[in-house]
Amino acid sequence: MRLEPVAAPGLARTLGLPALAIAATVVVASALAMLAGANPFATLGLIVKGAAGSKFAALETLNRATPLIFTGLAVAVAFRAKLWNIGAEAQLYAGALMTVLIGTQMGLPGPVAIPAMAIAAVLAGALVLLGPVLLKVRLGVDEVVTTLLFNFIMLLFISMLLEGPLKDPMGMGWPKSEAIPRDARLPRIVDGLRLHWGFGLALISAVVVWVIQVKTTLGYEIRAVGQNPQAARFASIPVGRVMVKTALLSGGLAALAGFSEVAGLKGNLTLDLSPGFGYTGIVVAMLALLHPLGVVVSALFVAGIFVGADSMSRAAEVPTYIADISVATALLFMVLAILLTRFRVVRG
Amino acid sequence: MEIFDILVSASFWAAVLRIASPLIFATMGELICERAGVLNLGIEGIMVFGAFAGWMAVYAGLGLWPGVLVAFASGALFGLAHATLTVPFGLSQHVVGLGVTLLATSSAYYAYRLALPEVTSPPRIEPFQPLDIPVLSDIPFLGEAIFSQTALTYLAFATVLIVALVLYRTPLGLALRAAGENPSAVEAQGLSVTAIRMGAVMVGSGLMAVGGAFLTMSAFSSFFFEMVNGRGWICIALVVFGAWMPGKALLGALLFAAFDALQIRMQQTPLGAEIPYQVFLMVPYVLSILALVLMSRRAEVPAALMVPYNRGER
Repeated sequence: MRLEPVAAPGLARTLGLPALAIAATVVVASALAMLAGANPFATLGLIVKGAAGSKFAALETLNRATPLIFTGLAVAVAFRAKLWNIGAEAQLYAGALMTVLIGTQMGLPGPVAIPAMAIAAVLAGALVLLGPVLLKVRLGVDEVVTTLLFNFIMLLFISMLLEGPLKDPMGMGWPKSEAIPRDARLPRIVDGLRLHWGFGLALISAVVVWVIQVKTTLGYEIRAVGQNPQAARFASIPVGRVMVKTALLSGGLAALAGFSEVAGLKGNLTLDLSPGFGYTGIVVAMLALLHPLGVVVSALFVAGIFVGADSMSRAAEVPTYIADISVATALLFMVLAILLTRFRVVRG
Repeated sequence: MEIFDILVSASFWAAVLRIASPLIFATMGELICERAGVLNLGIEGIMVFGAFAGWMAVYAGLGLWPGVLVAFASGALFGLAHATLTVPFGLSQHVVGLGVTLLATSSAYYAYRLALPEVTSPPRIEPFQPLDIPVLSDIPFLGEAIFSQTALTYLAFATVLIVALVLYRTPLGLALRAAGENPSAVEAQGLSVTAIRMGAVMVGSGLMAVGGAFLTMSAFSSFFFEMVNGRGWICIALVVFGAWMPGKALLGALLFAAFDALQIRMQQTPLGAEIPYQVFLMVPYVLSILALVLMSRRAEVPAALMVPYNRGER
C-alpha cells in the first residue's frame, strides 16, 4: 500500500473520518463493558450521566478539565515547535510546589499571595523544562527521554520534601504539606457553585496562547521551526532561541495546572495531586490537533470520560480503567483519521 | 570502606545480573526497533502488559515457559498496532508510541481488575527458581555471583548474543540495518521496507514484554501497579548510551544495574541512613540522563530513525 495526497478533501472526508474515529472508540468501550459482563448501552449511559447528567456532575467535569486545559496547552505549544515535552507532569508539580511554598511560608495577604504564587509557579515550571531544552539545543540530547525521566525525579523530590521540611506536623503522619490559608485560595467563579477561578484562568490562557500563535512573531517562528527547522534557519530564524522561548511558555503553562489544583481545589500538596494530568495533556493536545481553543473542547471531552467513568464504576461492575483505554484508543484512531483526511491509501 | 565491602560480596554481583536482566531484554527490543528505523515509545506500556500477561498466564494454570511465550506474543501484538500506524501510515512515532504506552498500561490494569475484582493484594505464582548448574554453581564466589540466576537471566544474555549475530552476520540483519539507514537501497534490492520494519517492531516489542515478565516471573512473584516504574524509558536511554550496538548496550545495562544495586545497599549503611531514601531512588534516573549527555556527541544515530518511508517518494 502507498499513501497519496488528496488534492481537495471534501467536507465528508474532513468531518466524517474524525467522527468515525470517535465512533470506533465507542465501539471499543462497548466491547470492554461487555467483557466485564455489563450492558454496553447502560454503561455508556452511566458514563454520560456521570459526566454531564446533573449540575454537580457537570461542575465536576469542569473542575477536572481545568488542569487538563493547562497541560494540554503546554503540550500543544511545545509540539507545534516539534519540541517533545513529555514532562508536563514534572512541571505541574514544580508549579504546585512553588504555590505551596509561597502560600504557606511567606505570610502574604491574599490579594498579593495569589499572583505571587502564580508567577512563582510559572517561573518554576519554565525552569524545569529549560534544562532538557538546553541539553537538546546545545548538545543534541533527545528531550523525550530527559523530560520523561525528570517526571520521576521531580516526584521523588516532592516526596522527599513532603516527608521532610514541608511535612504538615498536623498531618497524622501522611506525607502532605500544610494547607495554604483561606484568603490565598482562588475564589469561586459564582458563589455557591463548586467551580474556582482556575477554570477561568485556563480559558484565558487558551485565548492568550491562541493570540500568541496567530498574531505574534513568536507564534510565526514557532510554526516555522516546527514545520521545517532547516528552512527556518535559512530564513534566519534563531531556532535554538525559539525552542527555549517555546519551552518557557510550555513549562509555565503546565505549572499553572499545579498552581490551580493547589490554590483552587486541594489547598495543599500531596503526592497524588495529579493522577497523570501531564500525560493526559498529550492526548488532549493531540485530539485538539494542537489548536489552543480546541484544547478547551478536548479537555472537556477527556475530563468527561474520566469523571463519567469514575461515577459509572461505582454503579456498575466495570473497572474505571475503561476511561484510560478509551482515551488512548481515541488518540490512536484520531491521529489515523486525521492522516486519512489528507491522504488516500492506494494499492501497489 | 563500605563501598569496598559491598563490591567484593558475591550477593552484590548476583543482584547486578538480576537487576540488569529485564533491562537487557527491553533494551535489545528497543534496539531492534530503532536499528530498523522506528522509535518505539510504547516500551514502557508494553513492559507493563508483558509483566501482567506472563504472570496471569501462569496464575491461570500455564507453565512458566508458556507464560513467557504469552508475554512475548502480547508484546508483539502491541508492536503490530504500533508498527501498523507508524510504518505503512507513517504517523508520528512519538505520538503513537505514547499512545501505545497508555493503551497497554491501561489494558493491563483493566484486565487485572476484571480477572481479580475482589483482591486487595495480588496472588503469588511459583516463579522461576535459580538454576543449580553442576560444578559451576559450586565454584566459590563466582558460583554465587554468576551461576545462581534463574533461566530467564541466562536467556537475557543469550538474547544479546542472538541479536548481535543476526544483526551483523545474517542477510536479515543487513536488511534490517539498511532499513534504518537507507531504506530506498533496501527497496532497490527487491525487499520490502514495510515488512522489515513491521517485523522488527513486533519482535522488539515481544522482547520488551519478556523484560516486563521477568519482573513478575523471576524477580518477584506478583504483579503490582507501577512496578515497571520508568524502566522502559531508562532502556531508551541505554540504547543511546550503547550507540545502537548490542554489546555496548549490554555493557550499559550492567553498569546501570551495578549503580542501582549499589544504591540499594548504600541505603542500609550508617551513612546512607542519614540521607533521605528518595535521593537514592533518584540515582537511576539521574544516571540515565547523564548517560544521554555523555554520549550525545559521539553516538551515531541510524540515519533513517523516525523517518517514515513512503514507496515511490524520493
